[in-house]
This record gives sequence, C-alpha cells and structure tokens, in this order.
Amino acid sequence: MVEIIIDGKTIKVKEGITILQAAESVGIKIPHLCYHKSLSPMSSCRICLVEVEGARTLVASCSYLVSEGMKVKTDTERVLNARRLAIDLLLSNHPQDCLTCEKNGACKLQEYAYELGITSTSFEGEKTQYPPDTSNPFIERDYSKCILCGRCVKICEEIQVLSITDFANRGFETKISTFYDSPLQETDCTFCGQCVAVCPVGALTEKVRRFKAREWELKKVTTICSYCGCGCTFDLNVKDNEVIKVTSTEGGINGLALCVKGRFGFDFINNPARLKTPLIRQNTKNKSHEAEFKEVSWEEALSLVAERFKEIKDKYGPDKIAGIASARCTSEENYLFQKFMRAVIGTNNVDHCARLCHAATVAGLATAFGSGAMTNSIDEIKYADCILVTGSNTTECHPIISLKIKQAVKNGAKLIVADPRRIELVEWADVYLRFKSGTDVAWLNGMMNVIINENLLDEKFIEERCEGFDEFKAAVMEYSPEKTEEITGIPANDLIKAARIYATAEKASIIYSMGITQHTNGTNNVFSIANLAMLTGNIGRESTGVNPLRGQNNVQGACDMGALPIFFPGYQKVTDLQVRTKFEEAWGVKLSEVPGFTMMQMLNEAGKEIKAMYIMGENLMLSVPDLIQAEKALKALDFLVVQDIFLTETAKLADVILPAVSFAEKNGTFTNTERRVQLVRQAINPIGQSRTDSAIIIDLANIMGYKMHYDDAKSIMEEIAKLTPSYGGISYERLEREGGLQWPCPDPTHPGTKFLHKDKFTGGKGKFHPVKYRPPAEEPDEEYPFRLTTGRMLYHYHGCSMTRRSKGLDEICKEGYIEINPQDATSLGINDGDLIVVSSRRGSIKIKAKITDKVTQKEVFIPFHFVESAANVLTNTALDPIAKIPELKVCAVNISL
Amino acid sequence: MTSSLEIATAGQKIDLNRLESILSKYYKRGRDALISVLQEVQVEYGRIPQESIEPIADTLNLFPSEVYGVVTFYPQFSLTPQGKCTIQACRGTTCHVKGADKIISTIENTTKLKEGETSSDLKFTFKTVTCVGTCALAPVMVINNKFLGKLYPKKVADILSQYEKG
Repeated sequence: MVEIIIDGKTIKVKEGITILQAAESVGIKIPHLCYHKSLSPMSSCRICLVEVEGARTLVASCSYLVSEGMKVKTDTERVLNARRLAIDLLLSNHPQDCLTCEKNGACKLQEYAYELGITSTSFEGEKTQYPPDTSNPFIERDYSKCILCGRCVKICEEIQVLSITDFANRGFETKISTFYDSPLQETDCTFCGQCVAVCPVGALTEKVRRFKAREWELKKVTTICSYCGCGCTFDLNVKDNEVIKVTSTEGGINGLALCVKGRFGFDFINNPARLKTPLIRQNTKNKSHEAEFKEVSWEEALSLVAERFKEIKDKYGPDKIAGIASARCTSEENYLFQKFMRAVIGTNNVDHCARLCHAATVAGLATAFGSGAMTNSIDEIKYADCILVTGSNTTECHPIISLKIKQAVKNGAKLIVADPRRIELVEWADVYLRFKSGTDVAWLNGMMNVIINENLLDEKFIEERCEGFDEFKAAVMEYSPEKTEEITGIPANDLIKAARIYATAEKASIIYSMGITQHTNGTNNVFSIANLAMLTGNIGRESTGVNPLRGQNNVQGACDMGALPIFFPGYQKVTDLQVRTKFEEAWGVKLSEVPGFTMMQMLNEAGKEIKAMYIMGENLMLSVPDLIQAEKALKALDFLVVQDIFLTETAKLADVILPAVSFAEKNGTFTNTERRVQLVRQAINPIGQSRTDSAIIIDLANIMGYKMHYDDAKSIMEEIAKLTPSYGGISYERLEREGGLQWPCPDPTHPGTKFLHKDKFTGGKGKFHPVKYRPPAEEPDEEYPFRLTTGRMLYHYHGCSMTRRSKGLDEICKEGYIEINPQDATSLGINDGDLIVVSSRRGSIKIKAKITDKVTQKEVFIPFHFVESAANVLTNTALDPIAKIPELKVCAVNISL
Repeated sequence: MTSSLEIATAGQKIDLNRLESILSKYYKRGRDALISVLQEVQVEYGRIPQESIEPIADTLNLFPSEVYGVVTFYPQFSLTPQGKCTIQACRGTTCHVKGADKIISTIENTTKLKEGETSSDLKFTFKTVTCVGTCALAPVMVINNKFLGKLYPKKVADILSQYEKG
C-alpha cells in the first residue's frame, strides 16, 4: 500500500495501480477517451491529464503509476485548460450532428464538451473526408466521427485476439483501417462487435438500431444470451416492447466480449413471423407441410390437447405418450415439463436434445468421475499451461471460450488441437493432430501409450484416487505410436510430441465437444478422455480437468432438471425407490419406475409404442439424423403437439401448435456449460397472445386434473431447490445478489463449486475404463466413398429457427455448403460454388461446393443448419449402445454433379 | 544488394522466391524486425507488393493489418511502384524563403507530375519533404539520395533532362 494525496484527500491505495484507478477508487472522476478499464492504456487522447507535484508536465493519469507521497490535482485550471484544448482540437475534425447521431446521449466527446463548456471548436479548417462504411449487415463505421482513440484496435487485439484493424496512414490522413482497407466482410472479422462496444463516440454503431431509438429512451434489462452454452451476460435495450440492440455489461463470464449471434442475432425476438395465436390443424388426415392451420383461442387449443392426451392415456396407457423438453427454455420450464410428463401423464418418456449432443458425456463422465458435467470453469482456461482441444470447433461454436484459449496461448500456454478438420484454432496450436474422423479412441490410447512408456504418468494420483488402472494399461499397451498412425493417420512423432506436452504440463485442461460424443463410440471416447486426465492427474485442480462444452444455452439446466428418461432432477434415478418416494410425496402422485424412451427410441417407436408426442422448443426436423425417416415417424403419430416461437419444420407436422415466448419475454434461469446458474430476466411483454412455456404447462396440467400452481418462476426454483441436492442452496435472492452460482451448491451458505473432484471424485474413486478402437458404424466404400462429418458454423445455430429469422445473420450466410478438399474437387471436376448432389444410403441433398483444405481428402463437411440442404437427410441413426446418441459425426456419402 | 526495379504493377503476380529469400532471414523474429524486412522488400520490388503483406505478417507473427499500418505510416514505403528516379524537393523553411516554390513548379512542369505521383513509364516519382538538413545549400532537392543544392529553375531543368536521358 502507498499513501497519496488526491485533490487534498489523503488515501491509501494498492501499489502498482494508476492515478486514474486510485482516483476512481475514492469516487473522483477523471475524464478519459482512449482509456478503457478492460484494456491496457494507450495514453494518446490527453484528456485524463492531471497535475502531479514536482512533475515537469501534466501526466496521463491512465498510465502513470502512483508512488508513496505523491500529490495529485485533477481539476486545476491548468488541467482544465489542457483538457479543453484537447477536446477543442478533436471537435475541429468532428461533425456537430448530434441531432441525428445514434450516440447522442451516450457520447463521451459530447459529455466532456458539455462538462468543459465547449460550445464549438475554435479551429476552422479542413475535415477528414473518408466515406462511411455501411457495406456489412452489422457494423457501420463513420470515419468522420472517429476520434482515433484506438479503443477498437486495442479490443480487437487484446480481447478478440484478431487485430482486424490498425491505424493506417499518418498525420491528418490517419484512419482506422483493415488490411488494405478492405471491407470487414472480406477480412477474418467475425463481427463480434467488441469494437462497437468500446467506441466512445458515434463512429461505430450497430446497423440494426439506426433511427429506432435515442439512447435515453432505451430500457436496459440484464439477462443471459439464448445461443450457445457459454452463458454470456448482456443487456437487452428495449423501447416500446421492441428489442433495439444488445450491449455488453462488462460482467458475467464474458465481460465486454460477445459473439456475432449474441450481439447482433437478437432481432428474431420481434420478427413478424413469431407465432402469435394457438393453431389447430384443419385436415388431420393429410399431414403435409402445406396443411392449413386454424387460429383458435387458448381455451380451445389446451382443451383439445388435454382431451387427446387423456384419451390416448386411457386407451393405450401413459407410456404411449412421450415428451421432448427444450435446452433453450429455462430450467424452471424444463422442471415443469418433466414434472408434467411424470406426474400428470405418468411416464418417464421425457428426453431432450442433449441426447443428440452430450448424452455420451453425461453417461461417460458420470461413470468415470461420478458427475457428468464440465469439471472446471471457463475463466480457469486462461491460466492453463496446456490445453488439448478435440472435437470442438471452439472459435465458431463457443466463441467466448475460444477467446480464453487464445488468451492462454498468448500467455504462453501450449495448445494441442486434435481434429479431422483444420479448424481456426489450428493456427494457434503448437501441435495439430489430424486424424481420420471416428478414430478418437485410437489416438487417445496412442497418446496414453506414450505417456505410460515414457513414465510421464502421475503414479501418486492414480494410486490414491483411481481404480481399474491395470486393466486399462493392458488395453492401452496395444496402441504403439506406429500402430496408432496406421489407424488414425496421425504421424507418430506428432503424437509423441503432443503426449509429452500434455503430460509434462503443470496444469493441463482438456476441452471437447461433439466431435467426441456424436459417435457410436461416443461413451468410449469420453471414457478415453477421462482416462487421459486421470493418468496425468490433471483433474480436481484449478485450470485442469475434463471440459465438455455444452452446445445450447440451457442444455446443462435441462439435464439437471431431469428432462431425461432415467433421471429425476439432479440425476436422481427413477429406479431408486427412496428417490421416487421423495418425489411422490412432493408431487402427490404415484410415479413410474420404468425408465422412459430416449429421443431416438421415441422416433423409432412412433406410431407403434408411441402414439402421441409433446415437443417443446425443439426443431427435430433438422436436428435428428435421417430426416426422411423422422418425418415419417412424426406423421405416424396419432397426435402431435408442438410448442414453439416460430412455425418450424417440426411445427408444420403438428396437430396443435402452441405459441410460446422467447427468452426476452420470461423470467427464469439458464445453467451454462460451467454449471453456472444465472438469472434470465423479462425485458418485453409476450408478443401477440404467446405465453411462457411454464404458463402453458401449468394450465394444461390443471385442465388435465392435476393441481399445479406457482406464483412465479422464483417459486418454481424454490421447489427445485428442495428436491435437488445439487441446487439446494440456489435461490433467486442469491442469484440476484451474487450474479450466478455454480452447482453443486447444496445449501444457502455454500459458495458454489468452481471446479469438481477436488481431493476426491464425486463418485468416490475415479474409474479407468479399458476401451478399444472400434470403427464407426458406416465406413466409406466403393459406392459411398466419402466420409461425411457434420457440425455448426459461427453465424447459425442448430435448426436455425432463430438465426435464419435474424436479418443480419441470414444476410451474411444464407445457405448451406459442403466443404470439399481441392484434390477431390479436381478429380470430380467440381468448381467452387457448383451445385452438387450428395447422397447417402438414406437420402440425398443438393448443396453448393466450397473448396477448401480445411477438410482432408475423402472427407467432407456440411453444417447441419439449413433446411434447403439439410445434412441430417444423410446422417446415420446408428446409436452408441450406452448413451443412445446417434452417430451424427460420421457416415458414408457419394458426390455427383 | 542490387536495387532492381519492379516493373509489375499491383495485380500482376510477383516473384515470391525473392520474397522468400528475404523472409527466411527473419523467420519468427517478431515485430522488431518489421522495418528491416519492409526496407528490403521495398528495395527488392520497388514497392511493398500487396501479396507480400500476408507472408511478411506470418513470418513475424503479426496480423496483416499491423503490417499495413506500418507500411502506410512511413514515407519510405510505398504500396504502388516507384519511379527509377525519386525526386524529393525540399519545402523546409530555408528552402521556402529561398524560392522552393519555383523549384517545385519547374519539376512539375518538366516531369508533368504532381506531388506524390509517378510517371507512367516509371521513370520519375516526385515527392516533397520538409527539410533534409542541408539548409546551407537551399533550395535543395534530392534525387536517389544525391543532394543537389543552390538550385534555380534552369539548373533544375538541366539536371532533370540528364536524368531523363538516363
């Protein structure tokens, strides 16, 4: 601590902080333009100048460090004059069009000119004449308003780690420019809009908000993003029940950072295509896509649903009805949905899209460690010494987490990327392991073979905390680096290098996603990952662990809430009598002990063992494999209810469509990928007659004769906390106060759990599983010579029900594509952009070719988002025997012109 | 190193082998080496070719935008091809007093170039600078590092016609 005097006040502050930070700590405001507290100081704007006794000149308080006995004055006439001059000079090259400027009311230049009493510039002369850049759908850059503070350059460099722009030219002609002054859409820019977030003036603004609202008319509501599992915090900015823009808050796991979907993909909320009234199918016999729907009242729609469910239940039994919950809805809604299925219908036939993404994780990690969730926290990634990323295109699918990885690499961490595709992170990697898709177990075993042979394992950890090592070791011994090379295609030397880096790191973290899980070997792949972490003792400590990245905003919450056929909330088994008795007492009904069907079983049994389905917020008709069969399955049902915010491909097959609301219209919680439960707050009133999913479920339950009543989302959480040990200490009061809690949080005094398995695994001992490589269910052959892998891309999300209805996202990426290697393209005579036919044993699609070496020879990639060229027409329904997750990542296809 | 003038204009393919031999000396040297690399590239090609910027950035672990920023900042680097003779006329205070205006207009009339332009036959590039530090010789111009002082319009025209002939 040092003692300094600021404006006559004697204060004690930490050593090593700046004058500006010291002043702010005691509430003295020093104006500044180029400085931003989330960025390193640039000291260029000269607005934060202060007087330090003994210093020859005024000093920039944003970068000048405090020292013992320092005397600082922040508001002397000398200081104010210097600031006036700086502002005056800036105004001399700045339009005074505040009347129509979007930044009016939030502009720093305007604010300081006002505070310093500068009405106009005293310098007449030429002004910068660069034309504005309005060529992309997200960000407008008005050069005439740019004050060259450099914040946008700095945030792109330090937080986004991309450096898309820099200062170009010199003197009066200086401008912020991309490489060769190309438009942003022709650079590597990902349109995260971080630059917009820090621009102090109106130079960078969001295109969609133009002329819609003045800053002071906007009501800001802090909530959680509804896209991927990162769980970013942001503010919805609302005027007249319309979301005008999204701004970052500097809080949450993301700080200032957001991705393009989070910041610019919000306008689906007020899209005119939102479902506004309940709809009933007119011609129930013909379930074609063009079928006509009749608008009806809520009363009529819900009575019909209740009546048909009762009828089917009475006639065939409760287990003939199945429900699909939604990873996009709140935890409270998922809780009610599974309660409805279990207590009102009387079946455990409830599942959700986790079956398609991380079922293998939930099954595998629960067996190996005793808990199926991400072991460590997002922020810890930054401090790891080694990061192994496999089967996760983090940059596109979990953009904010990819920033932490890049920041770690910048801090000196080693990065190993193992992926069949040359994803963006490869550019940051120390070692890139490119393997044939579906050979995950082989390369993981190969890596562990090296670690054991070179004695790089953590014997103490294995001895004290794990079991099953010997059997596991025997299995791994077969996978010499040479044999591994034969199976996977990874050069033995690279594998050895990667093994040494991972095993010798002090803190090594594994990050994986659906590249690991969406296989018929999914659970084995997860076992292998768990083996690797245990073998080297990289679990149960900070910045280590096994970190599956969850795909959807609340897929963790939906799993936690028991939207799974074998679990009540909190992974309490339906087969456990004691557990069942607890829920029977709480819910006042007898509950079924028979585990329910998984999602793929429901579809297989549709029309047979399953007569009716209730689908909440899930567009199955794009997300499940083999869509042609899936459509037949849904059409074979006696009765289908779809509850959604848009008329999705799935809703078009429904008998009754119930209009629900988006995340912006409800209160509740989402649990992100790092087990953090965070508050979702209502920003606007429901659109049209749409209602929250909870309100719909509650009404339906009551109509069906089961008394359900909750005052609000908060009271649902109170019931959850009572019945779910890992959520026991979670309450809205605490979430409001503490800004998010990571489960397990068993009681109201528990601070939440940053990382799991400290000192002891949740399940007692960590279990090694001997696993052997087994090829995928469908391998390429003469007839279908290409290996197809599917996945996501940055600008779209799952079934696209939201992103295709967001103007900017749809504009920047309108259609699907197939990535194909240049050599394959040449031998097939395919040019970039050609429309080609891709077929598998299950169907065929037409799609545009994108020639790129991102994919290796004989492998192709299709993002699964686009209905016009749906990858899942082609994919295989073969299941992992344990987790019942379909093999969405590998199937065989052929390609023709 | 011999200075060879790159006749190709932007858009035409450059000989990347020559770039490679420059870059090989600086592999992973970081941003400190940027100016040296750019100076060599400028001499080698007579400009900083657009296609060279990304390889330079890769070699030094920089982003292309950063390299572009430096290239456009310093007058010694140019993105467009430069003439065989670079004429720099001084506009410094002493030269101004001693009639730099007339010198500049003579250069403009003789070469038919405005400040900053390069002749289409790539013979001349004309620039002005503010003081070259030889005020005793004012007014001054510098052609390809050769200082020519105590100028008057006829002397300028004569000098230029010599360069014109080669």
